[in-house]
Amino acid sequence: MSLTRFLASAVVALGLAGTALAEDKTKVGFIYVGPVGDGGWTYEHDQGRLAVEEHFGDKVETVFQESVPEGADAERAITQMALQGADLIFTTSFGYMDATINVASKFPDVKFEHATGFKTADNVSVYSARFYEGRAIQGHIAGKMTKSNVIGYIASFPIPEVIRGINAAYIHAKAVNPDVEFKIIWVYTWFDPPKEADAATALIDQGADVILQHTDSTAPQAAAEKAGVISFGQASDMAEYAPLPRVSSIIDNWAPYYIARTQAVMDGTWESTETWDGIAPGMVEIGEISDAVPADVKTEALEMKRLIAAGEYHPFTGPLNKQDGTAWLADGEVADDGTLLGMDFYVEGITAEIPK
Amino acid sequence: MDLSSINPTLLLASLIVASTPILLAALGELVVERAGVLNLGVEGMMITGAICGFAIAVNTGSPFVGFIAAAMGGALLALLFGVLTQFALANQVASGLALTLFGLGLSALLGQGYQGIKPPPTNSLDIPFLSDLPILGPILFSHDLMVYLALALVAAVWFVLNRTRAGLILRAVGENHGAAHALGYKVIRIRIMAILFGGACAGLGGAYLSLVRVPQWTEGMTAGSGWIALALVVFASWKAGRILLGAWLFGGISVLQLNLQAAGVAIPVEYLSMSPYLITILVLVIMSADKSRAPGSLGRTFHASD
Repeated sequence: MSLTRFLASAVVALGLAGTALAEDKTKVGFIYVGPVGDGGWTYEHDQGRLAVEEHFGDKVETVFQESVPEGADAERAITQMALQGADLIFTTSFGYMDATINVASKFPDVKFEHATGFKTADNVSVYSARFYEGRAIQGHIAGKMTKSNVIGYIASFPIPEVIRGINAAYIHAKAVNPDVEFKIIWVYTWFDPPKEADAATALIDQGADVILQHTDSTAPQAAAEKAGVISFGQASDMAEYAPLPRVSSIIDNWAPYYIARTQAVMDGTWESTETWDGIAPGMVEIGEISDAVPADVKTEALEMKRLIAAGEYHPFTGPLNKQDGTAWLADGEVADDGTLLGMDFYVEGITAEIPK
Repeated sequence: MDLSSINPTLLLASLIVASTPILLAALGELVVERAGVLNLGVEGMMITGAICGFAIAVNTGSPFVGFIAAAMGGALLALLFGVLTQFALANQVASGLALTLFGLGLSALLGQGYQGIKPPPTNSLDIPFLSDLPILGPILFSHDLMVYLALALVAAVWFVLNRTRAGLILRAVGENHGAAHALGYKVIRIRIMAILFGGACAGLGGAYLSLVRVPQWTEGMTAGSGWIALALVVFASWKAGRILLGAWLFGGISVLQLNLQAAGVAIPVEYLSMSPYLITILVLVIMSADKSRAPGSLGRTFHASD
């Protein structure tokens, strides 16, 4: 065999081996709504991605695209990821719902996982966490801690997930402090640090001494710190703001889910599912309650966490009325998941209105 | 509805804080565009300034040094744009967009390890007597130095552009670079200086976000402020005074609408949310009904052989 021919066949062989190797690797893609360094929502999803890499090592390759706007551009980004050969794609924001479904119909062999949405298909699963369980605990602490009885809430978009969080927090703040009032600002963004900071400042200027946020950056924490009021970490621990202003947090732990789903794709056992896990399986974690919280309040909060985890207490337990005064849940009745997933009303006592 | 919960004094004070970043960035871009260069990289220069200022302020403990570093960082990035467009004759729109992408990436890289750190506080001026005035004190006399610097810069830019020979030359370069060149003015050198000034201003605006308004470092934290500043220049018909008006309108209504929401005003939130954009554009468009127009050579490549 001449040298050229030998080299040529070696190259071909190497090329084949390379392709075979590439095919062996499972490619997992992630679409993020903010930058991985937001310190909140996207940061935790990226931690989940890194956990997948660590767990599977060479058997997996992950790719991600950050700061993908919700809307038309999302479809382009997801399509591109599918074209790059991803086997499994996680789209990690509510606003990617229709884009995910559209792209999934064009790539029947690729598996899709959409976070916090409600539309599924043969190759589209949905997954979310029961953040409202954490909100209930936050509401309890907030109701106990507020001195002005005004709690400020920075809300993102009027979707069921956010409304559920407001309701859960309000119910439990009200339960321990009948005088409590919620002031709610809708910022219509998941990630805009200056705007989030302005919203926090506006709430504080109007008397709020506790700030709850449902946006992704740590900007409200900085504003709370500057003004000397308390806040809660959102989506991520935000421990760098502990012990004050951040007195506790809701942490999303996506890693076990991401590892399990990647495994399912590798094993060929992946099926379209709807997952909604809470504190019990560990998808929602409660960050360390700092010493700024009185010991008895901390004990109560941890007890509530234990009861929720044990399935003995549901944050939406009657008697509860809707905002307009109509009955929703009878005494002892527990809200069903369908109502919670589509929640489009405030509970009685909240004075604001939900944007249509 | 409870309007009494809105404190007009605090509102006006936060209006000024909220409008300073875009005011600075827009002023810089105004000078750049009056020199005939369209730099779409404002967002990238702002965020680079934000991290440069933040990192240096944290490491030196001095926000003042931080702001200087931010201006230098922004100017350095702008220099890249200047070299590309003025010497390599690259397309300005493409280079500007690339500059934004580059700035966002670069800042994320530089910002590794700066998340969750508290910057040294930028102290407000405490002017004896004036700061203690009721109402006027908190609104006008209790801000940090950068706020006054930004306002002084508005006056300075207006004065230089309209009342000095240097401003006349800069405008000549922007209106018709061929004619300016024929008269013996160094078109490229003047434009590079304008681009550097624009970068420095954008950097200062970014640092104002990371050091005063938010104050923290988060990736992508400018979240579109640079684009707002760019739009402001156009809607303000390339006039310094109107940029101040536009920035105050935009910043003011942004803050006002958040306050109205918190107070539970019976205006649908969607309308409140779009009001800053809508009202700013409306007011400035109505004002630009006079014969204002873009500089004649805006965005056109210049080469002495043309």
